Amino acid sequence: MPTYILIATILVLSVIGYYMGRSTAVARNGGKSKGLHSLPGYYGYYMALWCALPALALAFLWLVFQNSIIEGMVLGGVDVQNPSLFMTDVKNYVENGIASGGVTDTLVAAADRYVSLKQYSAIMLSIGAIALAVVGLAYSQTRVGPTLRSRPKVEKALMIALMAASTIAILTTVGIILSLLFESALFFEKVPLTEFLFGIQWSPQTAMRADQVGSSGTFGAVPLFAGTLLITAIAMAVAAPIGLMSAIYMSEYADRRVRSVLKPLLEVLAGIPTVVYGFFAALTVAPFVRTLGQSVGLDVASESALAAGVVMGIMIVPFVSSLSDDVMTAVPQAMRDGSYGLGATKSETIKRVILPAALPGIVGAVMLAISRAIGETMIVVMAAGLSANLTANPFEAVTTVTVQIATLLVGDQEFDSPKTLATFALGLVLFVVTLILNIIALRIVRKYREQYE
Amino acid sequence: MTDIAGKYTVEPFSASTEKREKFNRLLKKRYASEARFKMWGIAAVSVAVVFLVLLLGSIILQGSSAFVTTKVELEVSLDREIIDPQGTNDPMVIASADYNKILRNAMQSLFPEVESRRERRDMMDLISSGAAFELAAHVRDNPELIGQTIKFDVLTDDLVDMLRKGYIERNVPEEDRKLNDFQIGIFDKLVASGALYGTFNTELLTTGDSREPENAGLWGAVVGSFFTLVVTLGIAFPLGVMAAIYLEEFAPKNRITDMIEVNINNLAAVPSIVFGLLGLAVFLNFFGMPRSAPLVGGLVLALQALPIIIIASRAAIKAVPPSIREAALGMGASPLQTVLHHTLPLSMPGMLTGAILGMAHALGETAPLLMIGMVAFIVDVPGGFTSPATVLPVQIYLWADSPERAFVEKTSAAIMVLLVFLVFMNAIAIYLRKKFERKW
Amino acid sequence: MTALDFTTHTIPLEGKSKISAKNVNLWYGEKQALHNINLEVGENQVTALIGPSGCGKSTFLRCLNRMNDTIPSCRIQGDISIDGDDIYAQSLDVVHLRARVGMVFQKPNPFPKSIFDNVAYGPRLHGLSESKDHLEHIVKSSLERAGLWKEVSDRLLSPGTGLSGGQQQRLCIARAIAVSPEVILMDEPCSALDPIATAKVEELIDELRENFTIAIVTHSMQQAARVSQRTAFFHLGVLVENGPTEGIFTSPIDKRTQDYVTGRFG
Repeated sequence: MPTYILIATILVLSVIGYYMGRSTAVARNGGKSKGLHSLPGYYGYYMALWCALPALALAFLWLVFQNSIIEGMVLGGVDVQNPSLFMTDVKNYVENGIASGGVTDTLVAAADRYVSLKQYSAIMLSIGAIALAVVGLAYSQTRVGPTLRSRPKVEKALMIALMAASTIAILTTVGIILSLLFESALFFEKVPLTEFLFGIQWSPQTAMRADQVGSSGTFGAVPLFAGTLLITAIAMAVAAPIGLMSAIYMSEYADRRVRSVLKPLLEVLAGIPTVVYGFFAALTVAPFVRTLGQSVGLDVASESALAAGVVMGIMIVPFVSSLSDDVMTAVPQAMRDGSYGLGATKSETIKRVILPAALPGIVGAVMLAISRAIGETMIVVMAAGLSANLTANPFEAVTTVTVQIATLLVGDQEFDSPKTLATFALGLVLFVVTLILNIIALRIVRKYREQYE
Repeated sequence: MTDIAGKYTVEPFSASTEKREKFNRLLKKRYASEARFKMWGIAAVSVAVVFLVLLLGSIILQGSSAFVTTKVELEVSLDREIIDPQGTNDPMVIASADYNKILRNAMQSLFPEVESRRERRDMMDLISSGAAFELAAHVRDNPELIGQTIKFDVLTDDLVDMLRKGYIERNVPEEDRKLNDFQIGIFDKLVASGALYGTFNTELLTTGDSREPENAGLWGAVVGSFFTLVVTLGIAFPLGVMAAIYLEEFAPKNRITDMIEVNINNLAAVPSIVFGLLGLAVFLNFFGMPRSAPLVGGLVLALQALPIIIIASRAAIKAVPPSIREAALGMGASPLQTVLHHTLPLSMPGMLTGAILGMAHALGETAPLLMIGMVAFIVDVPGGFTSPATVLPVQIYLWADSPERAFVEKTSAAIMVLLVFLVFMNAIAIYLRKKFERKW
Repeated sequence: MTALDFTTHTIPLEGKSKISAKNVNLWYGEKQALHNINLEVGENQVTALIGPSGCGKSTFLRCLNRMNDTIPSCRIQGDISIDGDDIYAQSLDVVHLRARVGMVFQKPNPFPKSIFDNVAYGPRLHGLSESKDHLEHIVKSSLERAGLWKEVSDRLLSPGTGLSGGQQQRLCIARAIAVSPEVILMDEPCSALDPIATAKVEELIDELRENFTIAIVTHSMQQAARVSQRTAFFHLGVLVENGPTEGIFTSPIDKRTQDYVTGRFG
């Protein structure tokens, strides 16, 4: 029985449970609903929950763990050198009738065992889950009666669900940290931490032959950090002044009509997917920068850091401008009045009163923007290139942490080579750096807001 | 106040002509600097707006031609000898016949003067390599045509399309050109005879991806995006709303809820590619879910959209005035009933707006999906949540990476389609916001 | 409520007039906030503007240095002149005007800068100091005249926002007089202060009268009686009565003034 039919069956049973619960409660109360502890509907929900929850939980756990258990059982019966590759072959053979290592007897036997185990598992799951649903129904029906406090019980179940939902955010963070740490630890078993953090040579393309694992590529990530820094610096050199000045213009100078046109335009800029920016950077801006550079006698790479950085900067402009707009409008009107009352012009008021007052908030906004620039992927993947040059020249091609993560993982199935594991180490660095930036920035912004509330 | 009468006078500056003139001289400078400052503001906004115009303009300029494709009308004689010599009428037999030969014959009859092998091959290169499959499908569906001579419109090769649109320069030396002089000659004759023409590119919107630019379409990616977003919405919206309700209405103020709050804000700022790594490590490697599947893509995007939806939903709940809650509680409703009967329905429009905006964001997301294999080359239109699929932005990325000139306009066209979807979603969100805007 | 009574009872000003307002009408969008105000503010005098909330007294005060310009929906008609210069004339510069007419606001609003920088803000803007030495002198003398010097002389570089409410308000007064304006407008300067701080500020206002022309909006009739020489009573956007302070409080002409000063409404 396919999974979705099983789930549908359980849900149908629980709907039946709902009506059973209602009618049973009324029947046991002498055919009337008055005098029941809760409304009849709550008895229905009570039974429906008893029917669905255990069965669905079983199905969920089963589906989560069945693959690893079945694979363990299949692999337990055979003796192969590379179990994960063999397993991939088995699955490929089952689905498409092909296998990279050639079709051998062992493979066919393992495939048969795999298929039969899967079928067996599916049958067991269906029987188990439906049985559990029915048992849940039967048990809960025995408890339904006029004195059963069904509403608090149903509400308690709901409350637990609400609470569980709010912990998903924490679970996600924990999941990110654990998975990054775990895979990075595997990486650092093969490549020393110091080499990764301080090495200046990055060429992860592992040698092709199997006996060369030890002499696989070098993983000195400094060129990546430098490249990320260079592009981020270019992006911020574009985004910070333009974003801040746009915010100032729109909040202090533009009248309502102009603002009502400009604000949505900037929002459009913020809503355009990054892949579109990447395409524009690679196809239009990079050649333009190259031609421009060549016309003044500069040697510009076709995938220059400058093109990617400028486009990324423009992408971040609305981010900076909306955050600093918020921050500046939080400066009380009394400050402005005080300054105007002394005969200051608008720009004097902005430069000497509003900006200094808003400075912490603006610093926070810029830090959030930096964190965003560091983590941005598509623009650099499409426009910045792959060559790990250690340079501060914006006309050369550089690569970034995110580019390497994206390109090293794409199309690679093998999961235990240092090349793939390196991406998790890079991801860990990326996560830690952006996390620190975000925490500090959010704290600054929050403190700033409290100051004026 | 003894030292006021020192060497400096304290009379109002307007009292002395000298001071007043100094003031006015300075004032002139101050106004100049005021005007400069304002200019900088206008310049900053202009840079952003000009960039936006250039971006959209270049994409529309490059992309609109992709909605037209080039076809050539051929007189195809569906020879029974070639298609179904035994007369079985079996669709399998009909579909697997050598339609390339039939097309070759058709072209040959148009240009009987072409004789050399090389020239014939060059001539056949002008027709899309997918044309034979199209013809096969057409005949299989209409077996009564066998034996007749029909007019059949076939797609040309993408190079022909490019030539017709003027993207291939004729005055470049022949060896630097993708089409040789002979092929251009054939092309000109076809144009002159009216057989070759441009028409609306239905393929682009109805088929899956292909290595051949003229056959490549977006429908597979659109369907993939749809399945992915269904999963994202189905998971992120209920969870986000539930979490928002708990945090806003029931959560006690303590260290744990504080931590959740900090967490949500931080998650909203974690780079998207990190979510991709999470999906790869947890969903693919740990739980063994299928690669390239909308299910996994949707899960990853759901985790990413969750903080956005929670934040929007909390804002919507906050906007419901406490008086309504108090009224319900005063009537004897339980706190949960109050939320379900009053707060939730009243804040639903705000939550939906937030959810749609979150979905629009997810629709444009690319990087995390690369990590979980949605970047594979997939021809078939995905049939479900676990079949291999790609999504619109990834399709854009793939096409942008392809070397053929024809993929440049396709990429721009794909971006136009993506932007249309985004505009549509945002329009719904704005409509919802306007319609249900409530002043308490 | 019956139709508005637009009559104004004026006992003419003795001595020199500094500011003169003629037939001033003002609208916020569609709503008219001031009706045909005619008022003379005497030089080196304290003129108090009193009246119930929303009567237009603050609005009128803000007209005198064109602070209403910052409100987009505000529209004004009539003539206001200082020493005969029309302040709404095209040729008049609003920055210049505000340097001549300083303002102190209802809530103390020191800038988030040091005490020194707060006071030096205006002189720096307008280039009033010839040297660093001169600027220090201006700051010191302004703080002295605001009666704050003794309290802050040892912490001029600590932030102005760290002072107590009363000190902050005196800092704002010092900030205003550092520009050496001719007129100081005060918009309920004591409403956010405790009685002791209020007494200090009132004392200060009385001293400042020597060098400046002062217009003060106040809620408290006692304050008006204590600090002002002339009083103008506003009601519902109409200037009901203006004359020497004593006369207003002891023998008001208009019934509305009488009702207000005897506490029937307000």
